[in-house]
Amino acid sequence: MSLWKEYLHPQTVEQAVQALSAAASPAIPIAGGTDLMLDLQQGNHPPVHTLVDLTGIPELRALEIRGEWLFIGAGVPHNRIVESPLAREHAASLVEACGLIGGPQVRNMATLGGNVAHALPAADGTIGLLALEAEAEIASPEGRRRVSLPALFRGPGQSTLAPTEIIVGFYLPLRAPGQGSAFVRVMRAQGIALPILNLAVWLERQEETIRAARVAVGPAGPTPFRAVQTSAYLTGKPFTAETIAGAQETLLAEARFRTSPARATAEYRRALAVVLLKNALTTAWQRAGQYPGSNQQ
Amino acid sequence: MVTEYQTSNQHENSMRKTHLTLTVNGTIHTLASIPGETLADLLRKRLRLTGTKIGCNEAECGACTVILDGEPVLSCSTPAERADGKTVLTIEGLASLATRFSRLEGREQDASLPQGEGLSAALHPLQEAFIKHGAVQCGFCIPGQIMTAYGLLSRNPDPTSAEIRHALKDTICRCAGYPTIEKAILAAAHALRTGEPVAGPDVSPSAQQGQVVGHLHLRPDGVEKVTGQAIYTDDLVFENMLYAAVRRAGVPHAFVRRIEVSRARQMPGVAAVLTAEDIPGENLHGLVTRDWPVMVGVGERVRYVGDAIAIVAAESQEQARAAVEAIEVEFDLQPVISNPVQARQADVPQLHPKGNLLKHIKVRKGDPETGFREADVILEHTFHTPAHDHLFIEPECSIAVPEGERMLIYVGSQIPYQDRSQVARALGWEESRVRVVGQLMGGGFGGKEDIAGQIHAALLANATGRPVKLLFDRRESLLVHPKRHATQITVKIGAKKDGTLTAVRTELYGDTGAYASLGEKVLTRATTHSAGPYVIPHVHADCYAMYTNNPPAGAFRGFGVLQSAFAIESAMDMLAERLGLDPIELRRKNALRPDTETSTGQVLRESVGLMECIDKVSERMVQVSGLLRQALFKARRVPESPHLIRAWGFAVGFKNTGLGGGADDCAGAEVELYADGLFEVRSSSAELGQGLVTVMRLVVAEELSLPPEQVRVRVMDTDLTPNGGPTTASRQTYVTGNASRLAARTLREAITATLAEKYDQPPEAIRFEKGCVHVNGHALTMQEVYREMKAAGKEPRVLYDYHAPATTPLGTPGDMHVAFSFAAQAAEVEVNTLTGEVRVLRVIAANDVGHALNPLGLRGQIEGGVVMGVGHALLENFITENGYVVTDRMARYRVPSIVHTPEIIPIVVEDPVSTGPYGAKGVGEIVLIPTPPAITNAIYNAVGVRFDSLPVDQEKLLWELQKRAVALEL
Repeated sequence: MSLWKEYLHPQTVEQAVQALSAAASPAIPIAGGTDLMLDLQQGNHPPVHTLVDLTGIPELRALEIRGEWLFIGAGVPHNRIVESPLAREHAASLVEACGLIGGPQVRNMATLGGNVAHALPAADGTIGLLALEAEAEIASPEGRRRVSLPALFRGPGQSTLAPTEIIVGFYLPLRAPGQGSAFVRVMRAQGIALPILNLAVWLERQEETIRAARVAVGPAGPTPFRAVQTSAYLTGKPFTAETIAGAQETLLAEARFRTSPARATAEYRRALAVVLLKNALTTAWQRAGQYPGSNQQ
Repeated sequence: MVTEYQTSNQHENSMRKTHLTLTVNGTIHTLASIPGETLADLLRKRLRLTGTKIGCNEAECGACTVILDGEPVLSCSTPAERADGKTVLTIEGLASLATRFSRLEGREQDASLPQGEGLSAALHPLQEAFIKHGAVQCGFCIPGQIMTAYGLLSRNPDPTSAEIRHALKDTICRCAGYPTIEKAILAAAHALRTGEPVAGPDVSPSAQQGQVVGHLHLRPDGVEKVTGQAIYTDDLVFENMLYAAVRRAGVPHAFVRRIEVSRARQMPGVAAVLTAEDIPGENLHGLVTRDWPVMVGVGERVRYVGDAIAIVAAESQEQARAAVEAIEVEFDLQPVISNPVQARQADVPQLHPKGNLLKHIKVRKGDPETGFREADVILEHTFHTPAHDHLFIEPECSIAVPEGERMLIYVGSQIPYQDRSQVARALGWEESRVRVVGQLMGGGFGGKEDIAGQIHAALLANATGRPVKLLFDRRESLLVHPKRHATQITVKIGAKKDGTLTAVRTELYGDTGAYASLGEKVLTRATTHSAGPYVIPHVHADCYAMYTNNPPAGAFRGFGVLQSAFAIESAMDMLAERLGLDPIELRRKNALRPDTETSTGQVLRESVGLMECIDKVSERMVQVSGLLRQALFKARRVPESPHLIRAWGFAVGFKNTGLGGGADDCAGAEVELYADGLFEVRSSSAELGQGLVTVMRLVVAEELSLPPEQVRVRVMDTDLTPNGGPTTASRQTYVTGNASRLAARTLREAITATLAEKYDQPPEAIRFEKGCVHVNGHALTMQEVYREMKAAGKEPRVLYDYHAPATTPLGTPGDMHVAFSFAAQAAEVEVNTLTGEVRVLRVIAANDVGHALNPLGLRGQIEGGVVMGVGHALLENFITENGYVVTDRMARYRVPSIVHTPEIIPIVVEDPVSTGPYGAKGVGEIVLIPTPPAITNAIYNAVGVRFDSLPVDQEKLLWELQKRAVALEL
């Protein structure tokens, strides 16, 4: 009758994975718990026996440079990402996304790993991360492995993680000169207020040309959507109104926007996607023109 | 395998905690860990720190915010286990931190406090600032607001307004004193940084100050509300108490075929399971019409999803809920009536014995056809408004406690004496055996007038002989209690070329849902106000109050007038455009003024401040915008962001004070002097955050020339306080204010007479001054006065039954109401032409309240009303689909937060009404009535899109803009 029967506090990743395999089942990990607790309280999650709390594991709380990468532990709460000078420098789109989630009370608890593992197609943090071409480190009873972010998503609310696996953290390529990113979203104020659409852009500029670009948008399919064709379209083009218009057209052609009752129609999402893409491209372009180390916020 | 198993077990044991050790407000607690426990439950139930509130239990409202290791978190969705080894600060611990700011401690004679009222408790500057600025109304969200603000100031001692708004964006205040909360945080931050005293608010006193009334005063319950000491119903625990849960129908229209409770009765911890068969008294209840079953029995009709089928009491909340799940119910589903127009069609099922029509309400004045023939222009349009939920942050809670032959009901209720009679009727008892012990209310807004859990708790307490608590969760609250009426309103207006109105005809359909509640009264108000506050020779209005299978609709701040004002004020702007007239001039030309007649034939003799409201708002609009008068209602592009277009919009409104319509509108109040020299004023009238207790205190202090803190206030207890009637219809300042005033005045006369005789002085020689009575050169303290009264054999106590001037029913000649409050508002909006999003930037709100007795409380009412109006215009929509509730969580029913709050510029107009206390009339409702049409008129002025239904839909706005793309090239 209670929401769970056992609550475990592992201190290491290995303990956590071990606990998920061996503890009385069903055993599931809990990070910030801001979504999971509601799902349990409202009966939207099947009953669980054991909760394995990941927030006491120091490795999951790390946020640091590791070689050519910025490592953000899966247990790092959103507020720490927003305030981190490293994240602000190297992951602007992620910082913007994390700053928009909930109020400070939720941002203090909710973790980036939880945001990704929940596998919702329009999770702000996930979309912000997707444009940065992050990789995730997964721990399982068999050991650890690194996967690209899209490989984690199976369908709406379903990740490819096995029940005994957890995300340890994310590896984001460090920002090089000429690179910049941005995240934007639109809410619907009326009735069921949820984000209608969010969108993140990363790009690299060389003088007035886009050398490379990545666009992510949600919800535009069962999983967080990488607009591969739009990204390819932008690559090598000059940053002009024509390019933006072409990118908008490409995005509308490749993204599958849906109608959600009481939230938004597919047509409205298409109209917003055009606006958001232009805004995010413009901001990311400006940021790419600034040197790393200068204030990009 | 065995070895492996042991290894993993050892691992697990090292990860398992049998006990939690945490530091709460400086005290270390070691407690056994309880599976499934949240931090909020640990604090509230095990440590009895009930200052941390549960508003939604779904991480939406922020009321449960506490500081965990320095950071604000939501304790309702934090596992208690997570606090192990950590430090928790709750609202109860904040004041003790104030000792570290000792410069702010014990400042009983602080010159910055209004009227020398000291805050004797040691308070944190945030707590002090919230009280001084009037940011505390119902108080339920305040612990969460203060703790969230504390979290902000710990990181950022000098926040900007924008940073405050960002930090408080998910901490909801439905009284919506957001501007004041922001100013209080700024004042506290300044005090903390500089060590200076907490600066007071920038609120002007009344233009008609008395000795006490009209000045700024603190709420009598402010300190307890900012320290977490304020007790609301769910904070109470009784020995041997059971917990109740209700099996709801869950289907909108059906006959109950079978109810099987035997399995539920066998469930662990279950003490009682009751159905309709077990009700000892009457099964039907209701405020005006008794048509609402306490429980729906076998063979009876279910009329909405929230109908009760069975009730359970068990040793724990979880056990009660589990037992409810085990109750089996079979239904014969029936076709659903989902709107009032459908309900009036010929061949639909009839939901009640007398049919689907609750009432056809008519206003008849002159002959509209004559008026339309005289008109140069005739305009007709149909408008729609949705149902709204009150979304008070405190969900309904009732506790029934059997005591000998009696039943005590602890509940926050807007009508305690009605609760008493309705509970007694269901129990089959004499009313005197039931006592309602009213508790602090975490907001009401009309939504706590009907029975919620009072009767169910009483039935279970009666059946078990034990105290029973019935607490609604947010979902149950949204499903069950009556909403604002959804309406369809057609307005037809005729006018001369110069704007003179010649006739108005309105037709209203009101959805009163499954049961009558106050539907007839609400929709009467909608109908009588449907032609607006204008002089019109010919008015006909017809309203059909219809039963449907939606949740019932009843009282909600604005009481029907919000809906009809949206229709008529939109139509007035459409008419102004058609005639090529300025919207303000059109309203000035037709506005009610002294010696004019309303649509119901009432001649207004005094206190008609509408013109002053209109003129002051239009002057202020010019002043704050820097625009020429004729440019106010024109669209302006924001130069640096040309996709953003701004404009102002304008609307007016009026709202009756008091019940009117021939009802005997009365309230009792009792004033008593005690041996300790303190006075107490008592009435059962309800304090739901609006500040009645302040008004009662000030009125008594005024009459007896006392410092306000010499007056205690006691409300809402049917044994200890006289009947103040319902707290509705903006009536309490007027009726209970008058009752308190006259009780105090009568007591003063009694004291004067006693002392005149004792000292052999003429009564005129006896003076009341500063809490003493001066007689014959002596200054008697009130303790001495008490002894003199007792010595003379006089009880120092007066009960006064005040009856408002007589009114006449609708349809008969004479005055339907004792007074009207008037308002004008201007809203400036900004439309994003790329996304359809709308922001309200500024609202100028002028309200004619007769006399601002309590200017600090009035500010809170004005701000809260405007913010609620913004919510109704842009966000709020209680959605049902074929009788099923879609918006059944707080996450789905959005109300405004601090980020939706515009700059609010209040203007207080005081055109006194001679029968009101010191000229005062009602204010609680008028404040939000013009806001939605002011906003939709502004949107039209900005981009040419007319919204004739609420809320404004940003997607629809974008499509309309795209159709008009060419026209928008300004």
